[in-house]
Amino acid sequence: MFLINCPFCGERDQSEFSSGGEAHIVRPKQPTELSDDDWAEYLFMRKNIKGIQFERWNHVHGCRKWFNVVRDTSNDKILSVYKMGEKPPVNYK
Amino acid sequence: MPNYRIHKTEYIDETKRVSFKYDGKTYFGYEGDTLASALLANGIHLVGRSFKYHRPRGIVSCGTEEPNAICQIGSKKDLTEPNVRATELELYEGLEASSQNCWPNVKFDIGGINNFISPLIPAGFYYKTFMWPKSFWKKVYEPLIRLSAGLGKSPTEPDPDIYDHKHVHYDVLVIGGGISGIIAAKMAAKNNLKTLLVDDKKILGGSTIYQNNENIKIDDKLSSEWLKNEIHEIKKLSNLTIKTRTSIAAYHGYNFLLAKENLTDHLPEEKKKNKIRQRLWKIRAKKVVIATGSIERPLVFNNNDRPGILLSNSINKYLDYYGVTCGENIILFTNNDSAYETSISLHKKGIKNLIVDLRKSASSELIKQAESLGIKIYFNHVVTNTFGYRKINSLEIMKLSEDGNTTVGDKIKLSCDCLGMSGGWTPMVHMHTQSGGKLDFRDEDQVFLPKENSEDQISVGSCNGDFDLENIIDKTVNKINKFLDIDNQDYQDTNIICSKENDKRNIWLLPNKIPLGKTKCFIDFQNDSTAKDIKLALKEGFRSIEHVKRYTTTGMATDQGKLSNMHALGIIADTAGVKMGTLGTTTFRPPFTPLTFGTLVGRNVGKFFEVVRKTSMHEWHVKNNAEFENVGQWKRPWYYPKNGENMHDAVQRESKAARDSAGILDASTLGKIDIQGTDASEFLNRVYTNAWSKLAIGKCRYGLMLNEDGMVYDDGVTTRISENHYLMTTTTGGAANVLSKLEDYLQTEWPELDVYLTSVTDHYSTASICGPNSKKILNKLFPNLDLSDENFPHMSFKEAKLENINCRIMRISFTGELSYEINIESKYGHSLWKMCIEAGNEFNLTPYGTETMHLLRAEKGFIIVGQDTDGTMTPSDLQMDWIVSKKKYDFIGKRSLYRSDTIRKDRKQLVGLLTDDPKEILEEGAQIVSDVKSKPIDMLGHVTSSYFSPNLNKSIALAVVRSGKTMKGQKLIIPMENKNINVTVSDTIFLDKENKRLNA
Repeated sequence: MFLINCPFCGERDQSEFSSGGEAHIVRPKQPTELSDDDWAEYLFMRKNIKGIQFERWNHVHGCRKWFNVVRDTSNDKILSVYKMGEKPPVNYK
Repeated sequence: MPNYRIHKTEYIDETKRVSFKYDGKTYFGYEGDTLASALLANGIHLVGRSFKYHRPRGIVSCGTEEPNAICQIGSKKDLTEPNVRATELELYEGLEASSQNCWPNVKFDIGGINNFISPLIPAGFYYKTFMWPKSFWKKVYEPLIRLSAGLGKSPTEPDPDIYDHKHVHYDVLVIGGGISGIIAAKMAAKNNLKTLLVDDKKILGGSTIYQNNENIKIDDKLSSEWLKNEIHEIKKLSNLTIKTRTSIAAYHGYNFLLAKENLTDHLPEEKKKNKIRQRLWKIRAKKVVIATGSIERPLVFNNNDRPGILLSNSINKYLDYYGVTCGENIILFTNNDSAYETSISLHKKGIKNLIVDLRKSASSELIKQAESLGIKIYFNHVVTNTFGYRKINSLEIMKLSEDGNTTVGDKIKLSCDCLGMSGGWTPMVHMHTQSGGKLDFRDEDQVFLPKENSEDQISVGSCNGDFDLENIIDKTVNKINKFLDIDNQDYQDTNIICSKENDKRNIWLLPNKIPLGKTKCFIDFQNDSTAKDIKLALKEGFRSIEHVKRYTTTGMATDQGKLSNMHALGIIADTAGVKMGTLGTTTFRPPFTPLTFGTLVGRNVGKFFEVVRKTSMHEWHVKNNAEFENVGQWKRPWYYPKNGENMHDAVQRESKAARDSAGILDASTLGKIDIQGTDASEFLNRVYTNAWSKLAIGKCRYGLMLNEDGMVYDDGVTTRISENHYLMTTTTGGAANVLSKLEDYLQTEWPELDVYLTSVTDHYSTASICGPNSKKILNKLFPNLDLSDENFPHMSFKEAKLENINCRIMRISFTGELSYEINIESKYGHSLWKMCIEAGNEFNLTPYGTETMHLLRAEKGFIIVGQDTDGTMTPSDLQMDWIVSKKKYDFIGKRSLYRSDTIRKDRKQLVGLLTDDPKEILEEGAQIVSDVKSKPIDMLGHVTSSYFSPNLNKSIALAVVRSGKTMKGQKLIIPMENKNINVTVSDTIFLDKENKRLNA
């Protein structure tokens, strides 16, 4: 059971949060210009990394804010949290 | 009655005699006993039958690892508990326990016949035998297996006991109150760390607490005396919490652990009443010290499972802790020094005993002591067979060959009434591996040890493979100082004297002259798997330990293989000729010992099981006999039966009344989201498929919301209350998810939009009045409101006062009738409803529930998201192309509406169905085909909604059918179990296509 450091509320139990999958997938500004393949790439294709992964989480039973998490999926350690719109930390590539 | 309690100890209170029943017979023990120690004191070893062969089995151990002595406690239907280990159950006055898995009784068990046919029941017997004929499985094999299998009986009535949950946070959690745990807890607490020490036993001290050998001393005291003083000291520490009778069940990530505290299981019946039985501790610890100790290994030889054969160290604990001897003529069979401690203890109490040691020789202080006391030792010998049906009475030993692969010389027969076995020690690494830790293998004594790989936890003591006292104390102190980053000097001058084990020899499967196929060398006592079964599995091609385990069921009983896993691994490694360390282990999963459901559930039972949401009108519905339907967490009136009506009759009456005169529905549960901000219109444009910029203030519009994949997600009517203020309604079940989705887009994709969302579902109560007389009723309620079509047309909104209270009234319709939804602050909801009912009295205003609502909308062909859609329907599939804006540049899901898959012509599409026989009502979910003769039958779709319409006097249905849009007028077939129903594809709108009734 993770202990997640919500950037707005502080450390809270995982049961207060919901996961929103991979982070930094930007919705295309002009979807109609995209080919079927490019749209499918945005819509369906997600990495499923063993190792360091950038994810979206929502403090759904708290402040209801979305934020980003850097998590090592091999041991579930959360390495960093940062707000939406902030640049991802560079030392975890 | 025999009495095997031969001396007094400080842990047994002989002034407090306790009577208990075992298998219907009354016995006596003392306060401080476990059920197992009390049974042994009464000379009872035989406590059960084995699972497969029904062989007599006796008590083997004194703790959590016990495979045989598992009992049914009590006989009440609501309180009886199966699979309780007699070795852990503290004795109390009035305890009733019985043996399990035997019929008619433990001494004469009919299933015992399995023992004689055992050559016919090898590993995988069930998989191999019950394959054919297929039809026999359900009616013959399964009931038979169910009858003879199973351990104990479950309670059949709800558990009346109270359980509790508690959340706690600590700097340090120490698991295990043996010598290393006590040292660790003391060091942590003395350094100002808030510390919790848990131990599953009644008192702290582990196995050191009853230690009494002069060769093992700390600061010139017996180690047990020294430890008692330490325990006395730590009890004074203010920031140390000690919880006994508390066992860790699970070690989850981030140092989140679950512990079960037993509060009343040791109390007599009358003292248990109205008390919390067990408490589940949910512990968050910054650091965890694992000091769970180790358990002794059995040895694997022929007939090693007879009653009277115990683990050697358990014999020692029964003797020195409980004052009970397990026999009067005891043989100890060992491959290590620890059995010598038992032997010396027995000798001191005058119990005759001798030692069979498979090592060639040994030379520690303990062995010298045993030799000097004149205890007979057979070095380089193994037990090859044992005798005695209900209890061991003799055994045979033979000399081992030089390489240990076979036996040599003559059999020596020795008589005995008890055999202690010791195959070495297995560190309890369960907690370490549950936390995600990996293991190393130490060849020297064949143990798996925790790898130090996690910063948040550490293993100390014998669970870390440190077995002699000097090692345990020194290493624990050093590791804890480093782990907690402290500099504790308390133990710097501690003087430890202990015997050091110099010689080791391990043989997983002991040699025998008898061929393996004819021996019974048990590995897993509870599941009856033998060395032969493991070898058979390997011969049949199984290689992975996980597969061998499942095929032979080794380690899969209620003890989870605490005694058997290592031997299974060892035999696999030996047979396959690989190194044991390379095999890996099976996965240790929580819970460490079984938990009751009650403990897991805690207080969340009965009406606290789940949150129930009720509208402000709820009490009225109850008073008026409504039947309720669960919609999400909401209780919604389903229908209101009158004068003993059944559901069908009530719904027919309600539906007719709504169209003939007037009906009223509690619509309070619909999700309501208040949307404000200068970009509110733009926001709606992006989330709905249709255009919103031009919606006039005071007007309402129906919207369809898609997922980004183009599939319909939710629908509802949104009202423009003012320039930058909208009120969105959602489906009842979808409300929370829609809000989350909207927030997601606002926060992550469109943070530039000035929009604020507030859930106001609970703030407003809604009464929806429909039917040709609804306008007249509204007029009575709001006499000052101009209800003319010019002033208040369909799809518009007015604010009005009911007495002095503001109401929001929307003229919108989900039934196709002239219809008004009156919203009022929730605290006035009940009054509003009563006033509506009163005003509608003269017009036969009929309250209707969700079923009638579904029927009325189906007559009009309105979809219900979640009933007529299932996450694979696009607006076009629903024949709702009209609601998809062609002009808008973008909205959620737009691009997906012309992907190659979504523009396929042969997608499943929504159609109406009319049965050839208008009285025939289709079953929702029924499959639709065009030809029943072709095989396999081509499935075209299924029925999504089906009703008998009282207003049309015929059966109507909605369905999704492949290429349905082009099939109007076509005949299709609904094949049912006994007949085929003929239907014709129709339009989805069955009633009032021209929408005349909206303005009636």
